[in-house]
Amino acid sequence: MSMILLSQMAPGQKGEVKDLSGTGDICQRLLEMGITRGAKVELVRFAPLGDPIDILIRGYHLSLRKKEAEAVVVEVG
Amino acid sequence: MTDSTLLQAEFPTRTLTVALAGNPNSGKTSLFNALTKLRQKVGNYPGVTVEKKEGKMTAPAGPRQLSGDSQTEGPEVSILDLPGTYSLAVRSPDEQVARDVLLGLMPDTPKSDLVVCVVDASNLERNLYLVTQVQDLGVSVVVALNMMDMAERQGKEIDLEKLSRSLGCPVVPTVASRNKGIEELKKVILSAPRRGGERAWHMPPAMEECVAELRQLLMKEHGIGGRLAFSEAVILLSKEDLSNEPLAQGSPAVRERLSSLRGRLTQLNINWRSAAIEARYAWIQSILKEAVHQSVTRRLFLSDRIDLVLTHKVWGWVFFLGVMGLMFFMIFSVATIPMDWIDNKFAALADLIKEAMEPSDLRDLLTDGVIAGVGGVVIFLPQILILFFFIGLLQDTGYMARAAFIMDRVMNKAGLHGKSFIPLLSSFACAIPGIMAARSIEHPKDRLVTILIAPWMSCSARLPVYAILIATILPAAAPLQKAGIMLTMYLLGIFGAFAAAVLLKKTVLRSATPVFIMELPPYRLPSVKSVLLQMWERSFLFLQKAGTVIFGLSVVLWALMSYPKHSGDPTEALNHSFAGMAGHVIEPIIKPLGYDWRVGIGLIGSFAAREVFVSTMNIVFNIGNAGDATEPLLDAFRKAAWPDGRPLFTPLSCLSLMVFYVYAMQCLSTVAVVRRETNGWKWPLLQLFYMTGFAYFAAFVVYQGGKLLGF
Ligand SMILES: Nc1nc2c(ncn2[C@@H]2O[C@H](COP(=O)(O)OP(=O)(O)OP(=O)(O)O)[C@@H](O)[C@H]2O)c(=O)[nH]1
Repeated sequence: MSMILLSQMAPGQKGEVKDLSGTGDICQRLLEMGITRGAKVELVRFAPLGDPIDILIRGYHLSLRKKEAEAVVVEVG
Repeated sequence: MTDSTLLQAEFPTRTLTVALAGNPNSGKTSLFNALTKLRQKVGNYPGVTVEKKEGKMTAPAGPRQLSGDSQTEGPEVSILDLPGTYSLAVRSPDEQVARDVLLGLMPDTPKSDLVVCVVDASNLERNLYLVTQVQDLGVSVVVALNMMDMAERQGKEIDLEKLSRSLGCPVVPTVASRNKGIEELKKVILSAPRRGGERAWHMPPAMEECVAELRQLLMKEHGIGGRLAFSEAVILLSKEDLSNEPLAQGSPAVRERLSSLRGRLTQLNINWRSAAIEARYAWIQSILKEAVHQSVTRRLFLSDRIDLVLTHKVWGWVFFLGVMGLMFFMIFSVATIPMDWIDNKFAALADLIKEAMEPSDLRDLLTDGVIAGVGGVVIFLPQILILFFFIGLLQDTGYMARAAFIMDRVMNKAGLHGKSFIPLLSSFACAIPGIMAARSIEHPKDRLVTILIAPWMSCSARLPVYAILIATILPAAAPLQKAGIMLTMYLLGIFGAFAAAVLLKKTVLRSATPVFIMELPPYRLPSVKSVLLQMWERSFLFLQKAGTVIFGLSVVLWALMSYPKHSGDPTEALNHSFAGMAGHVIEPIIKPLGYDWRVGIGLIGSFAAREVFVSTMNIVFNIGNAGDATEPLLDAFRKAAWPDGRPLFTPLSCLSLMVFYVYAMQCLSTVAVVRRETNGWKWPLLQLFYMTGFAYFAAFVVYQGGKLLGF
């Protein structure tokens, strides 16, 4: 078990959201899209140019930039 | 008593207003179309720039007809399609409108009696989030469980009864794209209870207490009802930035209480930003655990496998460029077949009138003004259809979101958002829908930058101009070279737009690079119906423009070119007409770009709408050459010359003219839309000025530079 940032995950790696350190509207948006504590998350892939990323959360695909993904702390096994 | 008389008694003959709410991509539009059978009108909400779609629901087929009982019609049901949103809390313009309509706060829009929440059954967890927010408002809700076919294919078994009981509202399964479940939904709409249920989700006790306290205060301070006050209290307490919240801004007491409540929660180790959101999701999870069974454990869905290729480092680009290339190639090869056909038909029509009528002003008006003018635009309908076909297809299959995903890094370089890609791509068809699509960009400054650069994407109205000029440069059939020049024009527009975006982001619209949080919907087989429908809607708008604005302008321009009457040969007559005079006035200005006064007339006409250039040239040269009215414009262009005999349309002057059209703001409708979207004249005027100024500069550089280089 270790804690890393969502942006540091490798393609195919799975984990569980532990914390969202961001503030403001962006943080609220991420929460509302389902990135809440305890949610299972998988980093599916990076975009062809390396950014943004494609994650699987609550059964659907969401894309966000690495910069936003840095706010999400994930526990990976 | 029959069912229908019961309905009649409960809802006497008034109109029932039903709002459709739902996440983007949940199939809301398809459901709306199925319910209204296209009896709909599209407008705008007053004061804001969010599209308002309204329609009348068709009566359900049912027992009334079976029993032959025909006297009761039931109430008239008016359906309102709300903008697709994920939430009601952050308050982008779309969310604000959805919320205000649901609360009956939107002027000119009646409060809805019932809200149909369209929910994607294959993506229930996140889709139900919005449902909990709508239910908070205390309105009566029916859940349309759409995309049932997708859910089944994923191996999901949904216990509808359990789901309905837990949600506390009727749940109707539908497959909107194939019209399944629509009749049932209509019946439920007519019979559903007209009151909201109790709130079923709960927050941690301390958070509940704080919300209750704030709710009381809001009711007292603002005199609002209990349900609304609860919903607002949850939103206010969870929200960091209160600058757009009138309930907080309008009352110091509320602001003070908010900060003390937050302090209390923080001390209790409760995160006030996330507590309510987590509680909603926890509640949803508990419902789904009971009501949904996944018979197949997680496997790679087809959609994921497609993405392995289409967002691949190499194949992703190959496909992306291939699609774009194919689109433009189709526009230039396949489209020519129906275009020739249309051309012949209009020519035949003009001949027919020439034979049937005595020579007169009226005959000239009909053949040289109306038919030549409108025909010269309608001929481009096939190209426009193909363009909208591709855009509709990309949107419907879900590839559009991948394009934004792939392109975000590039857009990011210009300080833009991947989502700007969609408005910009739409602008290749027409800047108007493109500028309107910019509404999905949340940050106002980024939206504004996108709006300001969108008209530099070469729209379909420029196609006629490019096409005729390219054909003038390259008379022989050389589809590849032609496509090459065309592509260059598109690239010039794109390049200019990006440069402008960087500049704008660094100066007048300085702001941080916007966030990018976007759903990647699963790939879907496109529905022929919805692609065709989109093609039809957009093309209809275009034809309407051809039928009204361009028709009107054709007549006006014909008159400007025919009067005052002047005897002598037609070239002389045009020379002395009002239009000729105007052309002569601007000739010194445009001569350095390689154009004479006749082209000047076209430019003047184009400031109303670009495509008018072709119809104007039709008129200018048909009159000017005194030839057969059906003589193709191309021949006229090739013969056209300066007074000293030099050809007017050299490759260089054609290029210069194309470059001018790439950059100039020559579309009154766009100016009007930008004014509406930005609520003022400042931005559209700035846009008109800098675009046209730059167009002049660029065309000047091309023509004079080319001459220096010896072309
Ligand atoms: N398989 C399946 N596809 C559907 C169903 N309903 C709609 N679709 C398809 O889903 C896609 C999106 O549908 P829309 O009706 O445009 O969705 P929307 O919610 O209006 O989306 P936005 O316009 O982005 O807000 C289209 O390709 C539809 O044909 C359904 O029940 N099953």
